[in-house]
Amino acid sequence: MELLALIGAIIAVIGSLFLFLASLGLVRMPDVYSRMQAGTKATTLGTMMVVLGLVFVVPADWTKLLLLGVFVMLTNPISSHALSRSAHYQGVDPLDIEVKGRELHGADQLREWKNDQGIAEPVRDGGAQ
Amino acid sequence: MADITQVLLYAAGAITLLSMLISFVRFLIGPGYLNRVVAFDSMTIMSLSGIAILSYFLGRMLYLDVALVYGLLSFLGVVAVARFGEGEL
Repeated sequence: MELLALIGAIIAVIGSLFLFLASLGLVRMPDVYSRMQAGTKATTLGTMMVVLGLVFVVPADWTKLLLLGVFVMLTNPISSHALSRSAHYQGVDPLDIEVKGRELHGADQLREWKNDQGIAEPVRDGGAQ
Repeated sequence: MADITQVLLYAAGAITLLSMLISFVRFLIGPGYLNRVVAFDSMTIMSLSGIAILSYFLGRMLYLDVALVYGLLSFLGVVAVARFGEGEL
């Protein structure tokens, strides 16, 4: 039983190291999309590993812990996708390459669809960079 | 062997807190609100595992419910900010 707890603690430490790598990627990555990629995938894996390790340490409460892990696994990619979609449609350039004069792929189809549906144009305040 | 388990779990909690602090740097300096939302999302997901480790050390597994509701609120907030940035909210 104690050996199982030790294995769980080792898994939790490995997961927290993944969280540390995610924070380093957040600070050092060059643009929004790669920061999003570093800060979402690594934190998902790290939190799932920490929760799985705590399942080995405290086996009596495995239901809530696994529910937390499944919840993170389901919701975190969705929020990351919504953020990257928002950044793409606002015209944030990857890696600061100069693409100001060129239409982004998919943005004109979305605009046509919104015109057909009678939805107003979004206000672009240029706050995203 | 139980001592080694305790020390390893303390180390996991300390590394989680350290990574939350490093993410807070991006929350402070990040240009525009999208970088700040990304940093906020990562900080809340890290704090979920922090709350899980803390609930083990405090001996109250009721705090896992707090972690679950916190993650749900974070998810809703990030999706709301993303839709707002798209101009559809």
